[in-house]
Amino acid sequence: MSGQSASDNRPLSPHLQIYKPILTMVMSIVHRITGVALYFGTLLLVWWLMAAASGPAYFDYVNGFFANWFGRLVLFGYTWTLLHHMLGGLRHFLWDVGKGFSERSRNGLAKLSLAGSVLLTILVWVIAYWARGSF
Amino acid sequence: MNMRTPMSRVRGLGSAKDGTTHFWRQRITAIANLPLVILFLILVITMVGASHGQVAALLGSPMVAILVLFGIASVTTHMWLGMQVVIEDYIHGEGAKILLLISNGFFCAFVGLSAAFALLKISFGG
Ligand code: HEM
Repeated sequence: MSGQSASDNRPLSPHLQIYKPILTMVMSIVHRITGVALYFGTLLLVWWLMAAASGPAYFDYVNGFFANWFGRLVLFGYTWTLLHHMLGGLRHFLWDVGKGFSERSRNGLAKLSLAGSVLLTILVWVIAYWARGSF
Repeated sequence: MNMRTPMSRVRGLGSAKDGTTHFWRQRITAIANLPLVILFLILVITMVGASHGQVAALLGSPMVAILVLFGIASVTTHMWLGMQVVIEDYIHGEGAKILLLISNGFFCAFVGLSAAFALLKISFGG
């Protein structure tokens, strides 16, 4: 071998910025972004579980963080991220069994999961507020 | 001067021999995530405004604890596989790539083990 990496001077295929953004493409990217956000978001879950495991005082402190406006904003974003990724996953399942590839289905599914993620997020929060304290 | 035969140099440079395994595990964990994440959302909703004692009692009850542990295992495996693909797609320097792939494994193990530890501690009444 020449000792030089074969990939050094190869032309690159056009990347994202060269294409006109369309809904299905944006949804694909958002699936990836939500996946990565959820990845780091698990730290919040670990923090909260650790707090529950360490006793009432620290638990109340962490709950206090999530209860103020900033904490709620984070959790609201977390809810949408999770639900959007979940619906995106459902679309993948459909494609995996070979369905939903027509132009109509692709666009319909993209719009459906976008609207669905927003509606479900609001629904979850309405239920959460409504059920608050009724443990 | 290289004394190896051309054949010996190309051997092992083919596919990684694990075919669709990565894809398959990503899907299996995604399927498992679906009900487990929904369950977790329901649990969180019921725990809004609950006291520490109530939360510990709910999370520590056997059925709930087992399902949440299952969820932790599934989610951490899923995010590990998922992040691996993201790293392989965007990080092209060999050193940085290897470093990030290793960190990915450590991070997911850390998240999974600490969440599981917390849950078991609650369950066993610590
Ligand atoms: C709610 C249930 C979930 C479902 C149904 C689901 C489904 C999926 C599917 C099908 C993929 C593969 C996409 C592809 O092949 O391009 C994927 C990717 C991914 N998921 Fe999930 N997922 C779920 C929850 C989660 C959670 C909770 C996390 C993190 C904590 C997560 C993190 C990721 C990451 C990092 C990727 C890689 C993104 C990419 O390659 O573009 N997922 N998910």
